[in-house]
Amino acid sequence: MTAVALDSIRKSFGQTEILKGLDLEVRPGEFMVFVGPSGCGKSTLLRVIAGLEEADEGVVRIGGERVNDTAPAKRGVAMVFQSYALYPHMSVFENMAFGLKLSGRSKAETRQAVEAAAEALGVSHLLERKPRELSGGERQRVAIGRAIVREPKVFLFDEPLSNLDAALRVRMRYEFARLHERLKTTMIYVTHDQVEAMTLADRIVVLNAGRIEQVGDPMTLYHHPANLFVAGFIGSPSMNLLPGVLEAADADGARVRLETGETVRAAVDASAAAPGAAVTLGIRPEHARIGEGENRITARARFAELLGGTTVSYWEREGAEASFTLQAPGLHEPAPGEPAELGFQARDCHLFDARGAAFMRKG
Amino acid sequence: MKGRASNPLVVNGALIGLALVALFPLFWMISVSLMQPGEAADVPPPLLPSDPTFENYLRLFGQTGMGRYFLNSLVLAVSATALSLFFNVTAGYAFAKLRFKGRDTIFRLLLAALVIPAQVAMIPLFLMLKEMGLINTYLGVLVPTMANVFGIFLVRQYALSVPTEMLEAARLDGAGEIRIFASIVLPALRPIIVTLGIFAFLASWNDFLWPLIVLIDDDMYTLPVAIAALSREHVQDAELMMAGAVVTVLPVLFLFLGLQRFYLRGLLLGSVKG
Repeated sequence: MTAVALDSIRKSFGQTEILKGLDLEVRPGEFMVFVGPSGCGKSTLLRVIAGLEEADEGVVRIGGERVNDTAPAKRGVAMVFQSYALYPHMSVFENMAFGLKLSGRSKAETRQAVEAAAEALGVSHLLERKPRELSGGERQRVAIGRAIVREPKVFLFDEPLSNLDAALRVRMRYEFARLHERLKTTMIYVTHDQVEAMTLADRIVVLNAGRIEQVGDPMTLYHHPANLFVAGFIGSPSMNLLPGVLEAADADGARVRLETGETVRAAVDASAAAPGAAVTLGIRPEHARIGEGENRITARARFAELLGGTTVSYWEREGAEASFTLQAPGLHEPAPGEPAELGFQARDCHLFDARGAAFMRKG
Repeated sequence: MKGRASNPLVVNGALIGLALVALFPLFWMISVSLMQPGEAADVPPPLLPSDPTFENYLRLFGQTGMGRYFLNSLVLAVSATALSLFFNVTAGYAFAKLRFKGRDTIFRLLLAALVIPAQVAMIPLFLMLKEMGLINTYLGVLVPTMANVFGIFLVRQYALSVPTEMLEAARLDGAGEIRIFASIVLPALRPIIVTLGIFAFLASWNDFLWPLIVLIDDDMYTLPVAIAALSREHVQDAELMMAGAVVTVLPVLFLFLGLQRFYLRGLLLGSVKG
């Protein structure tokens, strides 16, 4: 039994194909996050599930039932929008009660449901106010409350934190996690912020140009990205991607000659590729160190960002276009132009073939 | 600094001066309407009535049947406002927010029709209404005012600023399209509805040409048509004419002043709301 199942979903706007045949299953009670860059189709996919957009092809099932032709209100979903979408002329109470009123619930039932949701979200004291009298965070809570009172089978969140400032976003992120823990309802959450995706999700769907690149739990995506896109998208700062050529591949791993001339070892099974094939080596900034590690590359410091607890430094390598990013704990500010040997372990390396697909990592 | 300090005085002085110039005819209209018969023809013309009287108003309503014309105008203006609001607001909203085939093409065609002067359309319109048997009926006066491109355009531009997500939230809450329109869209469009309502009421109340063409029977005349007819009969009677003018102008003046707050808000919001 699945909470939401998508089968070969396609959707175009005019000549532009936004969703290119997506298959996905969301498990009951799961917190699923759709993540991807702007224009990748994640919001359109959410709107197809909600019924606000009609899929051109494919089947949408909610709770096992085909809902392609079911009106949004009858699908058993509730949605929280990026702009909150509260009704400005109604009080907080009326906003939260609107859906229940339309479904024919009695006044007493409606009041009880709204008050319970308001209590849980800490907005009981705001029930008589109008949305314009609320702060951004309060509006967001009311929008969530409006969704909760409908007791949906699936919650849909469309970039709900995008309009909030950084501090409030962190707090609301925590509240979303708590809400899921308490309600245990299936939630589908769209964001372009991979920190939100990593912290909230049971599983993440990485979308790119209308296709699913990978589905998996956050740590799988971080440690075993299926391809170059996921490797570059998940993780902050982004993974360093160094072009090179496969020199040899055996049971212990692969030997790669980088475009800058250094030879490095990666603990991956690249036996499927022939020596001489073009490959890309991936190494996360947090796995590189100055002067440590079995693989070494030479670089010159360009600048550093001191973040307090950690330092992110950017390095340039002779013969390479892209800079190399290094993230290390503590404060360390290399002088610009200072040469250094940057090192990393073979077990921390990722390797991708010429088409961008990842070779299996060992261990 | 000295120059800047004196600016408000100059500006306000100039504005007060211009306002007095603009208000003087109104003031004199009221003043003459309260004068004794023939008093306004004195040379030089008096500014204020020597012996104020309501005699002209009593004559106006007693002898010329102005009460009937006033009622005709009121019923037609209220009906025209209601009809025009109904059609313009629903059409403007549909063009802004509902998806249907040919929406943008139809809207562009409507906009193109804006360049046709109303006077050009009058004769074909008259012939059409004649075929429909609507000449010398109130419906004949009302039909051309029911919807107009400018009104649809005004509402559409304003309705574009209503967030689509709000309508989608209502759809998810289980509201049908009519419910969404009544409960969510109409309150959001209130400023532009008031603005459009005033436009429609004023246009109908002040309209002279079309009722003159369509209405034949005396007792169906609207105020502007009746006063024009009256002025032909009582060309010397300036005091009576002015009483008629006051009866015509004052109600809409008060309506405008009373709704000014909403009206101005509507015009401003339509232009600056993102």
